[in-house]
Amino acid sequence: MDDHILDMRAIGKEFPGVKALDHVDLRVRRGEIHALIGENGAGKSTLMKVLSGVYPHGSYTGEIVVDGRPAAFKDIRQSEAAGIVIIHQELALVPQLSIAENIFLGNERGGRGLVDWRETNRQAMRLMAAVGLVEDPEAPVSGIGVGKQQLVEIAKALSKEVRLLILDEPTAALNEADSAGLLALLRALRDQGITSILISHKLNEVTAVADRITILRDGRTIETLDAGSGAVDEDRIIKGMVGRDLDHRFPPREPEIGELLFEVEGWTVDHPTVAGRRVVKDASVTVRRGEIVGIAGLMGAGRTELAMSVFGRSYGSYVGGEVRMNGRALRLRTVSEAIDAGIAYVTEDRKQFGLLLDEDIRRNTTLAALRRVSKRGVIDLDREVVESERLRERLRVKTPTVFQKTGNLSGGNQQKVVLGKWIFTEPELLILDEPTRGIDVGAKYEIYGIVHQLAAEGRGVLVISSELPELLGLCDRVYAMNQGRVTGELPRREATQEAVMRLMTDSATPAGTVAP
Amino acid sequence: MTLLDKLSKGDDDTPPEQITEKVADARTGVAETLRKTLRSNVRQYGMIVALVLITVLFAVLSSGKLLTPLNVTQVIQQNGYILVLAIGMMLVIINGHIDLSVGSVAALVGAIAGILIVDWHWDWRLVLVAGIALGALIGAWQGYWIAYVKIPAFIVTLAGMLLFRGLAQLLLEGQSIGPFPDAFRDIAAGFLPDLGNVQGVQFVGISDFTVQLKVGPLHTLTLVLGVAAVALLVWTELRARQGRRSYGLPAGPRSLFVAKLVALGLVVMLFGYVLASYQGVPVVGLILIALIAAYSFMMNRSVAGRRIYAVGGNEKAALLSGVKTKKNTFWVFVNMGALAALAGMIFAARLSAATPKAGVNFELDAIAAAFVGGASASGGIGTVVGAIVGALVMGVMNNGMSMIGVESDWQQIIKGLVLLAAVAFDVYNKRKAKN
Ligand SMILES: Nc1ncnc2c1ncn2[C@@H]1O[C@H](COP(=O)(O)OP(=O)(O)OP(=O)(O)O)[C@@H](O)[C@H]1O
Ligand SMILES: [Mg+2]
Repeated sequence: MDDHILDMRAIGKEFPGVKALDHVDLRVRRGEIHALIGENGAGKSTLMKVLSGVYPHGSYTGEIVVDGRPAAFKDIRQSEAAGIVIIHQELALVPQLSIAENIFLGNERGGRGLVDWRETNRQAMRLMAAVGLVEDPEAPVSGIGVGKQQLVEIAKALSKEVRLLILDEPTAALNEADSAGLLALLRALRDQGITSILISHKLNEVTAVADRITILRDGRTIETLDAGSGAVDEDRIIKGMVGRDLDHRFPPREPEIGELLFEVEGWTVDHPTVAGRRVVKDASVTVRRGEIVGIAGLMGAGRTELAMSVFGRSYGSYVGGEVRMNGRALRLRTVSEAIDAGIAYVTEDRKQFGLLLDEDIRRNTTLAALRRVSKRGVIDLDREVVESERLRERLRVKTPTVFQKTGNLSGGNQQKVVLGKWIFTEPELLILDEPTRGIDVGAKYEIYGIVHQLAAEGRGVLVISSELPELLGLCDRVYAMNQGRVTGELPRREATQEAVMRLMTDSATPAGTVAP
Repeated sequence: MTLLDKLSKGDDDTPPEQITEKVADARTGVAETLRKTLRSNVRQYGMIVALVLITVLFAVLSSGKLLTPLNVTQVIQQNGYILVLAIGMMLVIINGHIDLSVGSVAALVGAIAGILIVDWHWDWRLVLVAGIALGALIGAWQGYWIAYVKIPAFIVTLAGMLLFRGLAQLLLEGQSIGPFPDAFRDIAAGFLPDLGNVQGVQFVGISDFTVQLKVGPLHTLTLVLGVAAVALLVWTELRARQGRRSYGLPAGPRSLFVAKLVALGLVVMLFGYVLASYQGVPVVGLILIALIAAYSFMMNRSVAGRRIYAVGGNEKAALLSGVKTKKNTFWVFVNMGALAALAGMIFAARLSAATPKAGVNFELDAIAAAFVGGASASGGIGTVVGAIVGALVMGVMNNGMSMIGVESDWQQIIKGLVLLAAVAFDVYNKRKAKN
């Protein structure tokens, strides 16, 4: 007989106008790593919020059984008392506090209202060792990278005597090395008897680490697969997720590359606050009409900084360099000048830099191009609805109307709204920064299709991505950056994973050299 | 061909009619539409319901005295300057800031207006314009530190609160200046001229739950204005409905539309009638109507208004969308300064004196009005009408409590609790919407 730590039966959850969960079943065995996957908006995060008491008992239907006993959590504290800890998509750390303080936040060591710092730090060290985090426990959390912050979250969970650990897209913002470290940690925790539920859109991770996989689609459980020892491959999972075979990860395309559209030459940028720290050094990039160009690089290579700085100097302080569009030199000192020049920049951080989360899809869609729905400064509200509704339909944002608050959308749908907002500006050059972060395979395919369409119209597309397969599958040409420099450029047929990797880690090559 | 055209003419193109059906979740019945509008505007309607309830409550407690034409007129005149401030404060709060200096700015501009008119014998119209310009300049000073130097508005305007209060006291040397000429006083205490003396049935008040009427003169211009306002209302609403139709957007059930127009029209007419039974529309009332209409239009329909919301909602996202966020915030404070100046002069006109103690605690009343009226402390949310309703809730309570003899210490306690309750209601509703 199987020993189940968790049994969720026929869970239903409705939001105004949206049935997020519809009779979902999820059974998790004790001591396994259980992957929960599905398209954007399938209901994964919602299901986990139901489980952890974020949505209290009574606000959903169905039954939750933990350790064979029915559970009715009224809030997160109660689920934590039962050993269930969730680490949300957005980390919940206090940046100014130290690692140790964060680990014991709300659970302070000491007594009678006083904090025992010696004890706090001693226990923090022990937990940090357990998750493999080597840092000073008194260092502020804001000073360590995202990967390590993720570890702090897990250490915090361990401090609460966790038995069932839920991780919602923990690796979405991590680089490969940090991701691999995190997965190894999950395995180690499993060996100590801690069960985990892992939500991820990175299927290679799922097949590598999961014992079993439950697939959700449109708020329903599709199937649970036994995945131990690589029994299930990615194509099999994709079939479950999208309901059909997806033969190719990229839609077919015949590139039609035209004349030179966009050039950056000798672009140099300093850090906004640290004087004299050069973030982008003498970078040169070109994009032709109809061409999709990629920029590869490790975290901190200066790709986002380059893009944002070109986009109306929205990052750092400009030192030198020139931008030309259709052969004409441009002075882009503000974002609105860049938009007027036909440049669009889709940010990598949609929540912080991309969306007005309190406002609806409609108002987000038109924000960057209000001119297109207004006359003499007066907005035509009806036209705005019609135009944004069209985009919503075509980008397949999963929500009944454009009057939905973007803060309530799932991550993938939010990304589509941001993309729609920039398509609405009718750009000549579209810069996409990590366009598919946190997005499911089906939606990725759709987004690639849209990118193809944009290129086919003679626009230029510049893609920044940390996922090499994405760059290689999508781009006609790939640049690599390292430590602020462009270390080389490769046409599609020469751009292999190894070749690009070499350029990404190679700082000796002078800028602009084409690798052999 | 643009991408959009292409997108909308793709293989599986959706004809516009279908798009629109989606927008409205298909054509829905009266009850359904009503339920939906109510649910998505709980906050707005909640505040209006609260205002009505408070009015009824004090009308009953004061055995009808609250609703006499004289008192209704007085409520408008007593609260005029707070309403002006509340509009500006709403914009500041939507933009993600706060302004603590408005009371002091009002005092300073009032003092300067007093000196110019009483001591220097300037023409009052010129002073009005100069005063508003001075207010805008003060707003620009504060806006500069807030928007461009990035000092938190709380600190800049706290400094401004001390600074401008001090300047006002310095200028007035601790004395009051007055009286003002009648023409200037009329801004706060005057009424629109009448067209002629029409006899009619006056509204006297309500007592023992029956309406009291008597034969007497009615203010004709007010009645004419009331009819004109209703006509304007019907015309704009019809045009809006037609506009939606021409885009193929659903316009909602006709019966509901008619019912809404009739209800709104009745409220406007009734209000006009009550005022006409006394001395007609006060001059402040007209100023307020103009401001409410203009600012509502700006915040709902104009690009500038949309950007004020965007900056308050997410400044970084707004910046990356091409909004000149610094300039935007700067102008919001310029606007606040100008409105604070106007409020200061209305207040001086009302007292017929400029005093160094004018405008004390005005900022608190204006901020309270904005939050009672549905603003969010984190910015990005709020409406001009909300600010007005919020200010009226507080104003009617002030008036009603004084009328039934509640002592001023108790008045403060009750107002504090009401502010807290209104915001708690808001938070509670938001949480309910989430689950
Ligand atoms: N507070 C809310 N109000 C209204 N709708 C919501 C709310 N939260 C989630 N939804 C809707 O419920 C559905 C499920 O969302 P959920 O966040 O669970 O998806 P997900 O599977 O986690 O997607 P992703 O992979 O993009 O994170 C979506 O259609 C979403 O728009
Ligand atoms: Mg999710």
